[in-house]
Amino acid sequence: MAEFLQFLISGLTVGAVYALVALGFTLIYNASGVVNFAQGEFVMLGGMVTVFASALGVPLPLAALVAIVVAMVIGLLLHRLAIEPARGASAVTLIIITIGASILLRGLAAIVFDKQFHKLPAFTGDTPVDLLGAAIQPQSFWVLGGAAVVVLALYVFLEHTLLGKAVLATAANRLAARLVGINTTTIMALAFGGSAAIGAIAGILVTPITLTSYDVGTLLALKGFAAAMLGGMGNPVGAVVGGLLLGLLEAFGAGYLSSTYKDAFAFLVILIVLFAAPQGLFGRRVVERV
Amino acid sequence: MKTKATLKIALAAGAMSLGLAHGALAQNTVKIGSVLSVTGPSSFLGEPEDKTLRLYVDKINAAGGVAGKKIELVIYDDGGDANKARTFATRLIEDDKVIAMVGGTTTGTTMAMVPVFEDAKVPFISLAGAIEVIDPVRKFVFKTPHTDKMACEKIFEDLKRRNLTKIGMISGTDGFGASMRAQCLKVAPTYGMQIVSDETYGPRDSDMTAQLTKIKNTAGVQAVVNPGFGQGPAIVTRNYAQLGMNNIPFYQSHGVASKSFIELAGAAAEGVRLPAAALLVGDKLPESDPQKKVVTEYKQTYESATKQPVSTFGGHAYDGLFILVEAMKRANSTDSQKIRDEIEKTKGFVGTGGIVNMSATDHLGLDLSAFRMLEIKNGDWSLVASGS
Repeated sequence: MAEFLQFLISGLTVGAVYALVALGFTLIYNASGVVNFAQGEFVMLGGMVTVFASALGVPLPLAALVAIVVAMVIGLLLHRLAIEPARGASAVTLIIITIGASILLRGLAAIVFDKQFHKLPAFTGDTPVDLLGAAIQPQSFWVLGGAAVVVLALYVFLEHTLLGKAVLATAANRLAARLVGINTTTIMALAFGGSAAIGAIAGILVTPITLTSYDVGTLLALKGFAAAMLGGMGNPVGAVVGGLLLGLLEAFGAGYLSSTYKDAFAFLVILIVLFAAPQGLFGRRVVERV
Repeated sequence: MKTKATLKIALAAGAMSLGLAHGALAQNTVKIGSVLSVTGPSSFLGEPEDKTLRLYVDKINAAGGVAGKKIELVIYDDGGDANKARTFATRLIEDDKVIAMVGGTTTGTTMAMVPVFEDAKVPFISLAGAIEVIDPVRKFVFKTPHTDKMACEKIFEDLKRRNLTKIGMISGTDGFGASMRAQCLKVAPTYGMQIVSDETYGPRDSDMTAQLTKIKNTAGVQAVVNPGFGQGPAIVTRNYAQLGMNNIPFYQSHGVASKSFIELAGAAAEGVRLPAAALLVGDKLPESDPQKKVVTEYKQTYESATKQPVSTFGGHAYDGLFILVEAMKRANSTDSQKIRDEIEKTKGFVGTGGIVNMSATDHLGLDLSAFRMLEIKNGDWSLVASGS
């Protein structure tokens, strides 16, 4: 039981980060049809900017805020300088642009910061909490709680504000949205800024556990993308479920099966799901909407 | 138009004078080549190597060069790509006509370049870790860093002294971790070690509690060994403390022998043991230690010139360069064949990595005394006295 609980919490913690990255993918995909492969770089920026700001003596909460703002500015710049000028281009071209942007951001981070690994102190200490025999880092609760708050905030924004509904309308049909007077360019900028902020928050929450460096974004983007695909691209609920599921698959795969084939096992399950339901677990709703 | 023509003439004249100067210089210089991974994923290895080579070649030249000849250093950056490394190796041989090479940051790039230097009969001192570089012995290939097999042996030696024989292993699946894991499994029976649990993790994994829980619940584990590199071992160490496994002795490898490991792992690193080169604990070595002078001097020179903390990787480049320079002095020739023979005769060379005694069957020349067993105490390294 203790073992099971240990794997469960480990999986959920890692899964929550995947979920946030997947959510970032979803937000931009919905607003623009672009799969933004620079999403992992926002996570990196969140962690790295916080580390370097707090090294300069800025208190941690303020440093975190600075990091979120920096990531948002870069997200908006990415949209304004790279995506917007190419707005007539096909989705594939736009995806390639985002891959280019991610390489650029990674390179810049290597120069502006450095190539070393960095850590942040855990928000509320390092003493593990004993839960029915499983040792859990307090930071895990921060990650889970933080992810829940972000998901809830996003839900309220999308369902209960006019601006949020405009985002949903743009996602459903861009031309129709424009015809009813929604400025879709602003909505797209909003999506980039928002998903950059979500990514940065994920980076800040998880850095005390996983450490960070200029190139942590690549793998996170890949895992987040897999999570988004598993849940059904474009569905926020799917992104969260997909992320948590991927994290759990990895933890239980490593714990009960073989740690060598942990990743293979996780991806195998994803493949099977996609064979059975090519739209992902929650993909159907998107199909209806389009 | 006229200015353009003048410019052309000036350029041509400039080019010619450059060519002339080059020709005149060539008489009094020898070319040493190097292919390093200065950028890319292995840049943390290649960068200090690059800086060390440049720094010390300048120093050697300022002091009059080797046997009256100045060294001209030709460095190419392969970015960690084995294909590029091979192309640059060919360029060093065919275009630059180097007399010897000190380089090859990773095992991958080194192995790609080995055939080029073997065919051209030019000595190649590699800076890569794996034992494959010198086993089997190749006539023109040498290396300076310790092998992962030696690290395993050093750890097992310490375990044996503490009467611990049942060990759990948690290894990274990156090249370093996988290679060291294989070597450890191979030499374990020689030391009477029984590996009761054998787990792995991906080099980019962010949580290893699942694997460690499995080891924790394996009956009879007396110690845990973690062959790995980069941030992985730091996370393993933190998870180890999180799971309250500190009562089981924990060994890291020389792959994490840098101050940043202690920083990243924090309080969790207390009590962790690892084998490492003397360079890391230069200031803690007794005055009688033969390596004391070399390592403190190198550390001082490197840190004052680059403003960066010294690393063992730069030390490997230092050792390689000076083994070559000494061999060139003894050979008193720029003939690659003669230099090779002299490198092989290197005896009692005191480097940052240890005392090097090469032979026709040993192109590394280090023994287990090159490694020091360290324990992390109060956020710093401390030497483990033999017998404790």
